[in-house]
Amino acid sequence: MANELLIKNGHVIDPANGIDKKCDVLISDALVSQVGRIDPEIAESVERVIDAKGKLVVPGLIDMHVHFREPGDEEEETIASGSAAAVAGGFTSVVCMPNTKPTIQSETDVEYVHRKGRQARKTHVYVMGAITRGRAGVELAEMGFMSEAGAVGFTDDGDGVQDPSIMLRALKYAKMFDKVISQHCQDDHYVGEGVMNAGYNSTVLGLPGIDGLAEEAMLWRDIQLVKKTEVRYHAQHLSTAASIEIIRQAKKESLPVSCEVTPHHLLLTEQCCVDYDTNYKVSPPLRSVEDIEALKQAIADGVVDVLATDHAPHLQSEKELEFLAAPFGIASLECALSLYIKALIEPGIIGWSELIRMMSSNPGRIIGVDKGTLSKSKQGDVTIIDPDFEYVIDVNKFHSKSRNCPYHGWAVKGKVEKTIVGGEIRYSADTL
Amino acid sequence: MNALRKKSKKIGWNRKHLLGLRDLTAEEITHILDTAEGFEQISMRSVKKAPVLRGKVIVTLFFEDSTRTRNSFVLAASRLSADVIEFTRKTSSVSKGETLLDTARNLEAMGIDIVIVRHGAGGVAKLLSRSIDACVVNAGDGYCEHPTQALLDVYTIRKIKGTLKGVKVAIVGDIAHSRVARSDMWAMTKLGAEVIFVGPPTLMPCNVDKLPVKISYSLDDVIDKVDVVNMLRIQFERQQSNPFPSIREYSHYFGLTAERMKRAKSDIIVMHPGPINRGLEIESKIADGKNSVILEQVKNGLAVRMAVLFLVNQAAAMSGKR
Repeated sequence: MANELLIKNGHVIDPANGIDKKCDVLISDALVSQVGRIDPEIAESVERVIDAKGKLVVPGLIDMHVHFREPGDEEEETIASGSAAAVAGGFTSVVCMPNTKPTIQSETDVEYVHRKGRQARKTHVYVMGAITRGRAGVELAEMGFMSEAGAVGFTDDGDGVQDPSIMLRALKYAKMFDKVISQHCQDDHYVGEGVMNAGYNSTVLGLPGIDGLAEEAMLWRDIQLVKKTEVRYHAQHLSTAASIEIIRQAKKESLPVSCEVTPHHLLLTEQCCVDYDTNYKVSPPLRSVEDIEALKQAIADGVVDVLATDHAPHLQSEKELEFLAAPFGIASLECALSLYIKALIEPGIIGWSELIRMMSSNPGRIIGVDKGTLSKSKQGDVTIIDPDFEYVIDVNKFHSKSRNCPYHGWAVKGKVEKTIVGGEIRYSADTL
Repeated sequence: MNALRKKSKKIGWNRKHLLGLRDLTAEEITHILDTAEGFEQISMRSVKKAPVLRGKVIVTLFFEDSTRTRNSFVLAASRLSADVIEFTRKTSSVSKGETLLDTARNLEAMGIDIVIVRHGAGGVAKLLSRSIDACVVNAGDGYCEHPTQALLDVYTIRKIKGTLKGVKVAIVGDIAHSRVARSDMWAMTKLGAEVIFVGPPTLMPCNVDKLPVKISYSLDDVIDKVDVVNMLRIQFERQQSNPFPSIREYSHYFGLTAERMKRAKSDIIVMHPGPINRGLEIESKIADGKNSVILEQVKNGLAVRMAVLFLVNQAAAMSGKR
């Protein structure tokens, strides 16, 4: 008898297969074996049954942008603590960024992250390797060896690749591997000492600003390079109206580009920085209301591919520093789903099917892991969501080691009931 | 002093911190100026001391170079009979090692009543005020505010002109990186003055058009129209980022020269927060000339800082927190 798990009576949303209806999901031996009305006789024989009545049953969420800080800053987060946070947030797969200490830039580094992920036994842990050695933007890192070890893409995240000739070389070289090149678009020439959006607020707060141009200039440059090379390119955490227009135009020209946004760039503005609360210090910085409106419009129009988190844990003691000195980053992995519900579902900008597409099937496709759908014989990764459950975000209940989350105290909707990875229940809200 | 005490109670100065002038009302600013007038008398006595802060401990927490502001505060504190600890550290905060808050909490554990803080990062005074129980007085934080400098500037203008209402003030130079320009702007506009920021576009802050000021890129255009000209110091350390091609060219357009002064009103007030760069932003002849009030500003700074220390301490006492 196969090892089976039946999720019955739920509302199944599987955008890749156009499913959006009440039905059952049967997982056998870690793989999806059937979606639909399961024969009662078969159902009888299944030992493990979850009644998902009134709940949403969706392909496991995939966050293609997290920082788990291991190796190097284990006091902030480890792959184990980050993985626990991931499943609590409904994520069955995550992609770690390579800006650890040392940088992830060799096959052994990639294997190390995979091993730590397997040992944590929570979520699937993937990793992107660095584009350049030490993310210094000078010499290419060993993309080939890292690809063979299973890196799902390449990025110097934390920094953009500044030199256009290096970026062009990286894109060309990546042609051999069919992996995505993911860019933190930020031309440092425009950044200087900047710590928040450049504008009225930065002026009266006396803080150096970062103009949206920093992001837009590099994004525009990269699009020209993509035209030359036709390599798959992904723009991370876009934050401005003009950036979105660049992507919109590139997509009209059918270039192989994708992009992501984060919850904070949809819910928070530069205005949040007025009390110098460093939990609002993030890169790229929080922008204006107009930028948020443009991002939301782009999401409604289908221009945005991925809803990511850029989960960036930091120590309390570091976030207690002066705004100028504190590190950039917001930790939001555990509440991201609720935040996206608040930003996008509640105001009616998109429906659930679009949300799941951007939180599961699209990122799965971009990182090429054959996940993010409930197609037959795909990995049995499923997230069960109670969409109307109301709660208050409490950072002290986070599984993440860090607490640098500005949403503490927010009233939100949408609870992750269960997170199932390869047919195993890796997180269950009711056992807490 | 009793008269002073009564007056501030009546008006209801109730801030135990002076973090900046942006959040203050015109009445509160005027109240500080009025209080400072009383303190100015003390400096004229043979015994230049009043016992109003006797038994209080004040620390000057300076993370940036400063001699005149720190000396002015130290002297103000000692004229009010407080004990003063001077703490100077030039390094900025790092994530490892003692942080700013560690330092402040350490000092507080010694029983500090007032912290006077100067730091290169905007918002530090506010950060401290949130984190410790003592009164916090901002002696300059990054590009954000330098409230006591602006208070002494408006005090000086008011003393000469009688009011700030309708007074036209040009603030000339590196506006983008100037906390003095920002604090002056808040104080002067709240009191009814008209402020014009003058400097090259590369030294104007973001969205300067949203500030309650006029903007000019030409000192020649405004020199004959203003009642006050406040010359900001050229900061050589900023020259690395090259906001203008050369100091010579800067002086050519924005230096206060005798030639330019010929077109100014005869009673124009020439100010400078100091220390001056003779021959660069201001010619010696003008800095030392009859329109210059630069030394008067220094003198008034003492009275203003005495008033501020007195008021925050009194507010803390009244709030019963200390």
